[in-house]
Amino acid sequence: MEYFLQQLINGIALGSIYGLVAIGYTMVYGIIGMINFAHGDVFMVGAFLALIAFLALLAIGVTAIPLALFLVLIVAMLLTALYGWAVERLAYRPLRGSHRLAPLISAIGMSIVLQNYVQIAQGARVKPLPPLIPGGYTLIEGGGFAVQVSNVQIIIVVTTLALMTVFSWLVSATRLGRNMRACEQDLKMASLIGVDIDRTISLTFVIGAALAAVAGIMYLLYYGVIDFFIGFIAGVKAFTAAVLGGIGSLPGAMLGGLLIGLIETFWSAYFSAEYKDVAAFSILVLVLIFMPTGILGRPEVEKV
Amino acid sequence: MNAPIGEIILDAQHLSMRFGGLVAVDDLSFAAKRGKITAIIGPNGAGKTTVFNCITGFYQPSEGLIRIVHMDGKEFLLERLPDFRIAARARVARTFQNIRLFAGMTALENLLVAQHNRLMVASGFTLLGIFGWPGYLRAQRAAIEKARFWLDRVGLSNRADDLAGALPYGAQRRLEIARAMCSDPVLLCLDEPAAGLNPREASELNKLLDAIRAESEASILLIEHHMGVVMEISDHVVVLDYGRKIAEGPPAQIRDDAKVIAAYLGVEEEEVAR
Amino acid sequence: MAVPTKPATSPRSAKLDVAGALKDAGLTAFVAFGLFSLMLGLRTETGSTGRLEIFPRPGLLATAVAAVFAGRLMIALIARSRVAADIGRSLQAMTPEFKKLDRFATPVLLSLVLLTPVLLYSEHYLLAGILVLAYILFRWGLAPALLALALLLPILFYSNRYLLDLGILVLTYIMLGWGLNIVVGLAGLLDLGYVAFYAVGAYAYALLAQNFGLSFWICLPLAGILAAFWGVMLGFPVLRLRGDYLAIVTLAFGEIIRIVIVNWQSLTNGPNGISGIPRPSFFGLPFNDSEEGFAAHFGLEFNPVHRIIFLFYLILALALLTNFVTLRLRRLPIGRAWEALREDEIACRSLGINTTNTKLTAFAMGAMFGGFAGSFFATRQGFISPESFVFMESALVLAIVVLGGMGSQLGVAIAAVVMIGGFEFFRQFEQFRMLVFGIAMVSIMVWRPRGLIATRMPSVFLQEKKIIPADIIDEARQ
Repeated sequence: MEYFLQQLINGIALGSIYGLVAIGYTMVYGIIGMINFAHGDVFMVGAFLALIAFLALLAIGVTAIPLALFLVLIVAMLLTALYGWAVERLAYRPLRGSHRLAPLISAIGMSIVLQNYVQIAQGARVKPLPPLIPGGYTLIEGGGFAVQVSNVQIIIVVTTLALMTVFSWLVSATRLGRNMRACEQDLKMASLIGVDIDRTISLTFVIGAALAAVAGIMYLLYYGVIDFFIGFIAGVKAFTAAVLGGIGSLPGAMLGGLLIGLIETFWSAYFSAEYKDVAAFSILVLVLIFMPTGILGRPEVEKV
Repeated sequence: MNAPIGEIILDAQHLSMRFGGLVAVDDLSFAAKRGKITAIIGPNGAGKTTVFNCITGFYQPSEGLIRIVHMDGKEFLLERLPDFRIAARARVARTFQNIRLFAGMTALENLLVAQHNRLMVASGFTLLGIFGWPGYLRAQRAAIEKARFWLDRVGLSNRADDLAGALPYGAQRRLEIARAMCSDPVLLCLDEPAAGLNPREASELNKLLDAIRAESEASILLIEHHMGVVMEISDHVVVLDYGRKIAEGPPAQIRDDAKVIAAYLGVEEEEVAR
Repeated sequence: MAVPTKPATSPRSAKLDVAGALKDAGLTAFVAFGLFSLMLGLRTETGSTGRLEIFPRPGLLATAVAAVFAGRLMIALIARSRVAADIGRSLQAMTPEFKKLDRFATPVLLSLVLLTPVLLYSEHYLLAGILVLAYILFRWGLAPALLALALLLPILFYSNRYLLDLGILVLTYIMLGWGLNIVVGLAGLLDLGYVAFYAVGAYAYALLAQNFGLSFWICLPLAGILAAFWGVMLGFPVLRLRGDYLAIVTLAFGEIIRIVIVNWQSLTNGPNGISGIPRPSFFGLPFNDSEEGFAAHFGLEFNPVHRIIFLFYLILALALLTNFVTLRLRRLPIGRAWEALREDEIACRSLGINTTNTKLTAFAMGAMFGGFAGSFFATRQGFISPESFVFMESALVLAIVVLGGMGSQLGVAIAAVVMIGGFEFFRQFEQFRMLVFGIAMVSIMVWRPRGLIATRMPSVFLQEKKIIPADIIDEARQ
């Protein structure tokens, strides 16, 4: 029981990270109907930018951890957002209105570019960071097993909740959100009634990238080690989360993220850690076959 | 043809189609007769295309049954068949409101794809065809002849090797009908064949449909907004409004039906009759 | 057709707009500074204390930003000046000249070819080969010239083992590209896990040959059948999915198979791979210097290059088989149904085509050729491990298909030569070649979204045989 609770906590923390990345997939898919294959790598870039920013702050004498983390959050979000913008501008926008494989190939190319760019710029070796936020709380102790929740886990869940709240407000109550929803319904129609679709799509990528940056920071804090290849697997899992929750649905992405995090954690805990990725991928396949609209997605009626 | 004209070929009973809370077709019963042209009309959103999608298997009706009777007496219950079987076995062909040609293939190729199942058998499911088996080559020649016949009928024989998507709009409509006819249907379902045609093209379409009725095995079921086409060529008219049948009968009778005129709200009597 | 003629020069291009170009370049450089500031400007490295430390690289950052500025300025200037339009016009003006030249060139080349025996006699093999190739190129076009080049390569470069190995590699990718072309180019099904079938073929060959001592010629069809079987098994549940979903599911399948190979130690020896896979023999004659060897049997002096040449012709034959079957299938009802499926699935169903079966055959056919290529790979390397079957391989083959022009056999071949050859060319810049590769993928897509060769030859004709140009296909699909 204690073991189960512990895994539950770990799963929720991991799932929050996946959820934040999944939002980027779901938003882009909702608006222009493409899988932004490079999004996982944007997440990786976010994690690297956070690491570099943190070390740079230490180097110039900002040693107060909360302040440093706050600054890192701002810098990483801004710069990663810029990466998101640039990726869309360079690789996707010229291909809008082209056949459907073109942006996908371009996205795979962009993913390769980002991975190798980071590898060249920062080296192929893993980058370890000592734990910044030590400590935690012991919830239950018994049966020789203590259920613990670390401060990092608390920060992850709280930040995710806060971001989700802000984000839901953004989509439901602002002009930008309205434009985004209009583009989701019908891109051509939206542009006809005066929505600047180029700007809306750009902002979608920017927001998605900023959220991925936050996820990257959390990944960095949680695991304490990153490399240039973390984007691929995390990206596929986050996409799975987006599909599981119902692609196009924001609460769905979060829910899907949590489920994938939990499934992965429990699978590793009770079955075999080697096959945890297989578990996540199998879920993706099963969901797409038996529940293609996901948990919270709208049913799709085939237009004839 | 010596078809027993007047016998029922398509029989829809208590057909209903619901999407969530929306009732698109509500307890609709009607029949189409062999060798005749039956028209389904009604205002926008009356559920006409939904009826078509139920007949051709793209939707599974929520309730009701749809029966097709072949000339040899064989019967098929369409609501139980998957879409491609309806076309292949029950021999119901259709066209689409927003034309669905294979745009990147030539007109001739479009017509050959329509004869896919027969050619597949002739090619020994590819195994014999790949070695250039003479039986397959014969079947392919016959298929090209048939395509040539229909291209002639729709006046496109000089554009056979042009891409379907590059043809003018009216030609695409005719090519889609030719493609449906190449699949040897007993029932040809046309979804607004006259939409977007100019008056000359519309009258050519009338002649084509008349010829199909007279010379082929196919009976015709059509959805149409263009009253000129409906009143001139159809033998029987079914009027839908909000998914329900509000009138049925020969064109002359429908023209004067008060309920029909009311259904076309804001549309004057003359306009219905046009 | 009456195309409205554009005005010769637009007002903006009448005068060089330097200020505008500078502003453009400045903005781009600013963005580039933002992008590069942390990533290039600072380097994290494990310091003497064992902790990560940071090292500033202002020079690199400045260079990168300056390069972006200069590059953007140049592009902006070209776009805003008449240079681009002028070059375009003069190229267009030159086309008829080229055609004249072409007609003129044939007799010249013909007479040059008459020189070939002389060159051969005087042992100028390379020059003679080039002449023959040039003649074929001008007389019959690019595809026969490429074929002739492939056939002649081992003869012309008998002693150049490096080039022969590269040729084998390129041909392997051409074969993979042609196999995937059936799935992606013809049937329009986006498969991101093609490497899974390559892996199935390779492991099938390795395990069958090692455990049961079966020969290559028995293993090859078995591996193909096994791969096709897997294609059907994986395809059956997922082929009803829409394009992008299919892509991601096939990607997942590819990864699942790789992870299973890594972890199923008892069968596959896990990450260590399988080594000592039997090498192919020349119909029973091994390539060694023994009495029963190939060389001894034919009275030749033993030379390890014999095997390389055999492998070269083996993969060439396999690739040509793939090409032949594909071209044949395109003219059969199944091939036309694949293309129809790519164009409009709903219309296919309305014509009575069983779309699931049609997709499955495409999937199985592609998988089978992938399996053939896999078993060739295994016998050529003598060693296989899961590392050879990562997602990047799928992406590479898909890139070859899409960049070459989906559905175009020649385009795929050219793309494979360019990409794998280019890849080799950048070998000395090991670090940068994947980066260049990615950039090339993006830029080619932006430049030519339909790939290098986007024309299409209809499968059947009523009047005359003619190739449909790419722009008309584009227009028709609108």
